[in-house]
Amino acid sequence: MTNVDQSMLDLNFCRVPEMGSAPVGSAAETRLARLWESAPGWRGWLSTVDHKTIGLRYLVTAFIFLLMGGVEALIMRLQLARPDQTLLTPEQYSQLFTMHGVTMIFLYSLPILSGFSNYLWPLMLGSRDMAFPRLNALSYWIFLFSGIFLYASFPLGEAPNAGWFNYVPFAGLEYNTGPNIDVYALGMVLLGISTTVGAVNFIVTLFRMRAPGMSIDRVPILVWGTLTASVANIFAVPSVSLAFFMLWLDRQAGTHFFDVLNGGKPLLWQHLFWMFGHPWVYAVVLPAMGIVSDALPTFCRRPLVGYSAVALSTMATMLLGFGVWIHHMFATGLPTLALSFFGAASMVISIPSAVAVFAWIATIWLGRPVFTTPFLFFAGFVILFVIGGLSGVMTAAVPLDFQLNETYFIVAHLHYVLIGINVFPVVGGIYYWFPKFFGRMMNETLGKWSFWVMFIGFNLGFFPMHLAGLLGMPRRIYTYAPHMGWTAVNMVTSVGSFVFAAGILIFLVNILVSLKRGVPATSNPWDAPTLEWAMPSPPPVYNFAVIPFVASRHPLWEDRLDEGVGRSSLEQGYLLMEGRETIGTTPLDAKPDIILKMPDDSYTPFFLGLFSALVFVGLLLHWRDFTVLMVLACSLSLTVWMWPRQALVQRVQDIEHDKEAAHG
Amino acid sequence: MAEAMQTAQALPVGSEGKRSGGWWGVLALIVTEGSLFGYLLFTYFYLASQSEQHWPPDGLPELLIPGVNTVILLASSVFVWVSERCIQRSMLLCSLVSMALAHILGVCFVAIQFNEWSKTTYDMTSNLYGSLYFTITGFHMLHVIVGLVILMALLLWIALGYFDHRRYAAVTIGGLYWHFVDVVWLFVFTTLYLTPYLY
Ligand code: HEM
Ligand SMILES: [Cu+2]
Repeated sequence: MTNVDQSMLDLNFCRVPEMGSAPVGSAAETRLARLWESAPGWRGWLSTVDHKTIGLRYLVTAFIFLLMGGVEALIMRLQLARPDQTLLTPEQYSQLFTMHGVTMIFLYSLPILSGFSNYLWPLMLGSRDMAFPRLNALSYWIFLFSGIFLYASFPLGEAPNAGWFNYVPFAGLEYNTGPNIDVYALGMVLLGISTTVGAVNFIVTLFRMRAPGMSIDRVPILVWGTLTASVANIFAVPSVSLAFFMLWLDRQAGTHFFDVLNGGKPLLWQHLFWMFGHPWVYAVVLPAMGIVSDALPTFCRRPLVGYSAVALSTMATMLLGFGVWIHHMFATGLPTLALSFFGAASMVISIPSAVAVFAWIATIWLGRPVFTTPFLFFAGFVILFVIGGLSGVMTAAVPLDFQLNETYFIVAHLHYVLIGINVFPVVGGIYYWFPKFFGRMMNETLGKWSFWVMFIGFNLGFFPMHLAGLLGMPRRIYTYAPHMGWTAVNMVTSVGSFVFAAGILIFLVNILVSLKRGVPATSNPWDAPTLEWAMPSPPPVYNFAVIPFVASRHPLWEDRLDEGVGRSSLEQGYLLMEGRETIGTTPLDAKPDIILKMPDDSYTPFFLGLFSALVFVGLLLHWRDFTVLMVLACSLSLTVWMWPRQALVQRVQDIEHDKEAAHG
Repeated sequence: MAEAMQTAQALPVGSEGKRSGGWWGVLALIVTEGSLFGYLLFTYFYLASQSEQHWPPDGLPELLIPGVNTVILLASSVFVWVSERCIQRSMLLCSLVSMALAHILGVCFVAIQFNEWSKTTYDMTSNLYGSLYFTITGFHMLHVIVGLVILMALLLWIALGYFDHRRYAAVTIGGLYWHFVDVVWLFVFTTLYLTPYLY
């Protein structure tokens, strides 16, 4: 610490952060706004690193992928509505269910949750941005480009067709000579980069970017959920990236990893895929459960029952998720692998999940529910969660029944899990935070309609699938004969699917109408307890005019709850406005630790993302020189990015600093 | 105001060593890259243990040159460490020289490794072992090259006088990455060169 003492004299390297307040319109506030603003027009659009913009981009992009996957699903349901239909060829059907699965699992369900977390984390944690704003932008751009990449072979009629888990040898060169599997393999490696840097950003943000006083036991459950998912991801994503990369090498460079003739093992694929796949399923549900745990209490007018139990069960779920992958590694022979992944996963998830379910039910029970649209979605979610859980236990209870496991029963179950635990909280979450995002309330009447149509359509469409499964209808068939006795259930399922889609449509209409004509929202329209509601709606570019001091889990409910030792301070706090600044705190008890200099807007994330995507295009097309050139362009972008900057006090040379001017 | 919260205490500003975001970010990066190598080595053992081929096909690997190369790489890590120590004390020249030595040793490692590659009688496509050997060492080589680019940048930045005892987080962070690359090599080396002697 000797160096700190020496540099004490130099205010550039060490200073006491100024306390104060900066009400809207004050000189200090104007200065902050100028500091954090993005340039107008396309320049700001390409270079912004504002987590709120990036979060919204994530939300919109992922939602568009949901719609695309939804359209694919509806086409499949048209084909299956009646027996012996010829709308689709078997090959087209294979491509559709594969792209539907890939889109929903990889391009919708995690990215949409990253959108919420990107937007909300700094606001909930009392920070002015994420730990790595530029990395955040990069992760979005790569996500976007990899989504486009994955769809590139679709118009050619050559989309991936081996199912989303892409088993070899069917995904090998022997059975699949076209570009489809190569596109899938390279696209997934690219997407893996986005997921990884995003996860790193969340982890570091949690440990370093909380407002003073927000000790680790005071963070919202959404934060726990996303943190858990991110930790799981940094361990699990390399596995699937490696698997896809080796698959690509096998197909294009002549290696033998999965090549049976030369000692390779197709089973290796399944090991690597599921080591990733198990944690991934938790990654796409835990943050969504966090959304409910945070938002539901607002409408029950009381804090969540059992905060610590829910937080712990979140992490326990993830630990168990990694345990489940181990059963793949030590189990001898094939049966375990053949078990449906969702079946096995839900068996384990059910124990800590039960804790969460009881916490939600108790919260509703002990509270005074207000039946607004978001509440309906969250309550509906609890019901679907229970049904999905029960069918999960059923599949897990018959683990050796391969009949059931490769039937529509599993299709029903996985949609109850994914739509129930992901889509419903997501839509509810959008209803809940929309006023914060855009400063307008969403329409309640349309909202209630959208809920009931979605809820009824979903159950109408997907519950009969259980029945189809019990009647022996296998999954992934493109049509069936009339005498099989599956005609009625399939018709009902298809009708239900379209009703569900209509519900989504009402929701979209509601968004458009409310954006234009919604009632202007106050800063805290739902009278919610957490920090993101402490600032105006929509939030100013700098988030917090002063960095608040937090004294409890519910800073905005302190007057009525009286649970903390003291009172949070939201008006008075650190000013921090010598450039883009925010406070870094210690990992557990959130004591002020450092004044962090945040980067300005920059084009480098966009270009690095673009060049990385082009590297993969080059690899796909075997354009050797082009690939090399793009790798060089990536290195150049990275060098520019990493170059130590005086403004960020990353280096020491001649820092010119005029304090008077700074305050002017 | 939250009790017991000292607000009038001076705090460091900007990228201060292990309090900087970058340090934490690289730690997380190391976890995920470490997992990547974990999976690579898992793949090796998984396939090797089930292989009916003679393993490795060309007989036991020769240890002398790879062993020396390992020492070279570790020595390079030591110099990076020295370089950081020097900059902590604002001994710029010492830091510069150590970093240069570290870089040169890294380049030697690469050269020797390329030579090792050219000596093999098999390539990626010849057999399963070749696929594994070249993929694993190739992945590591990629990391070494990235590491060398980082060391080069650090060398340049030290030479430009960007760092002294007050701010040198880049050296700490880049150095950590280099140590990681070297530690990973120990695992790769053990797996590819030593474990074949065990069975
Ligand atoms: C309108 C809503 C939806 C409808 C009508 C629908 C319908 C379908 C259909 C017909 C299949 C193919 C079943 C088969 O032939 O085996 C399927 C598969 C699948 N769906 Fe959906 N789905 C919808 C929404 C979703 C959502 C929101 C997700 C995830 C978040 C999802 C995830 C999956 C997965 C992972 C598969 C398995 C793909 C495969 O077999 O490789 N679906 N869905
Ligand atoms: Cu499993």
